[in-house]
Amino acid sequence: MDWSKGEQTIIWDIRFPRVLLGAIVGAGLSVVGVAIQSLVRNSLADPYVLGVSSGASVGATLVIIFGAFSMYGQYALSFGAFTGSLVSIILIFTLSRIGGQNSTVRLLMAGIAISAILSAITSLLVFSAPNEHGIGTVLFWLSGSLAGGKWEYLTIPTLIVVICLIVLMAQYRSLNAMLMGEESAGTLGVNTVQFRKLLLVITALLTGVIVSIAGSIGFVGLMMPHIVRVMVGSDHRRVLPVSALFGAIFLIWVDVVARLAFAPEELPIGILTALCGGPFFIWLMLRSSYSFGGSGR
Amino acid sequence: MNLQVENISVELEKKGILRNVSLEVRSGEFVGLIGPNGSGKSTLLKSIYRVLKPRSGWITLDGDDVYKLTSRQNAQRMAAVRQETSVEFDFSVTEIVNMGRAPHKRLFQSDNAEDVRICEEALQRVGMHTYADRSFFTLSGGEKQRVLIARALVQQAQFLVLDEPTNHLDVRYQLQVMDLVKNLGITVLSSLHDLNIAAMYCDRLYVISEGEIVTSGTPEEVLTPNLIRDVFGVETEVTTHPITGKKHVYFYSEAIRVKPSIQKVMSGAN
Repeated sequence: MDWSKGEQTIIWDIRFPRVLLGAIVGAGLSVVGVAIQSLVRNSLADPYVLGVSSGASVGATLVIIFGAFSMYGQYALSFGAFTGSLVSIILIFTLSRIGGQNSTVRLLMAGIAISAILSAITSLLVFSAPNEHGIGTVLFWLSGSLAGGKWEYLTIPTLIVVICLIVLMAQYRSLNAMLMGEESAGTLGVNTVQFRKLLLVITALLTGVIVSIAGSIGFVGLMMPHIVRVMVGSDHRRVLPVSALFGAIFLIWVDVVARLAFAPEELPIGILTALCGGPFFIWLMLRSSYSFGGSGR
Repeated sequence: MNLQVENISVELEKKGILRNVSLEVRSGEFVGLIGPNGSGKSTLLKSIYRVLKPRSGWITLDGDDVYKLTSRQNAQRMAAVRQETSVEFDFSVTEIVNMGRAPHKRLFQSDNAEDVRICEEALQRVGMHTYADRSFFTLSGGEKQRVLIARALVQQAQFLVLDEPTNHLDVRYQLQVMDLVKNLGITVLSSLHDLNIAAMYCDRLYVISEGEIVTSGTPEEVLTPNLIRDVFGVETEVTTHPITGKKHVYFYSEAIRVKPSIQKVMSGAN
């Protein structure tokens, strides 16, 4: 087939990497959703809802605006975002467990508070920026976008998402056991202390690398695993790969809508995922099986 | 499997829950742990199945300190049937039972024909094989308990710890679950709140009160009105059950007694 130079540039250099980025980010967000839900044993958890993405945004903003972690060169952004999300997930996890029982209410409240604080810090950083980045950048970190999809940026996220997925697949039995509660998981042969650390690092790594390239895209990690569980049950041997697949497909199409809905203006993709995810989250909360504060811990 | 608990003390939030508790379960024995609410039964079991590490003392299984074994090694020797808190995620019965294979599996290793057979056998043994594909959510309390026992069986551990396995069960399921555990032929330590169930099934009993072991021995030795008054604070009449030949405890309240005239008739005096 004969393509003009222009068509080739559009398809190969602009559209194709963007679609791939959508697939990787969607898959990664779904996988991190699965991991974080097993970690806190609560299917309402998601890196965006719990404020892990906000932590990553703070780290990434520090790198971009103030040149933090510059010794890591081209990996500085990913490293900053990873550090930010690691700090916030550890903070939320610790807060939600203070006083023994970790309840849904405490977890979500910790998430809301941390997320609010960290988002505010991101905005503050951007507005106090020495150079002109302005409101567009804030919007990027708070709402996400796949517009940064270029070939040269795809390698790290692809590697991280694939490696994390493989590591989690290898541990699917432990992930299953964790859903029975940490104490039960211990009696089933899971070294819960170590496994918890592994999940914390994987959550931070995935969230960090995704946020550093696509900003905070919310609710994908909440919706995909949930839909998948309804279809294939809770066994992680199936939940993980199917969630990754669904997440990839979902985000590719959401991005298509984001580009076309108000063409030629582009909608930040996080606005669309929040429009689907917010109501989904409320619906989950209202379902009777989530008795807040009571037996639902 | 021989369990030795030597002089363990457990503290929770600076409060001593267990003080110098020692206990032994010999290979093949069915040992019961009885005591009032809050006496430390669950805490003791938790330190045995490694959820709460004692501040002092040690716990050994066939001579090995359980806190020195890996989680995996431990799960191959010891299985626990806990009082499950609500499971929020929807697993099928087979998936739950299959979790018991985890300590025998390596990373990435999926189930082979042998694992499938072990799980099927375990479900058969607890009489739940027709429920294999059912959602764990939809089961009754007794059915859930039996599935969790099947999971323990699949672990192929030779020592089983149960935390009040008959709690919240109807009488029929209480007996069914206890029969099942009794017939496993492995070493069992179980906390029990029903003294008559304890008398019926246990070879030996330990009585725990306020974090200390008060006494131990066969149900015949242990279950006396005096001990039950001291530990549980209730009045009882202890007799021998006409059918089982085991001790049977009748509880009564001072407020409710048969009128003297009727008592006379009942005791056979004219």
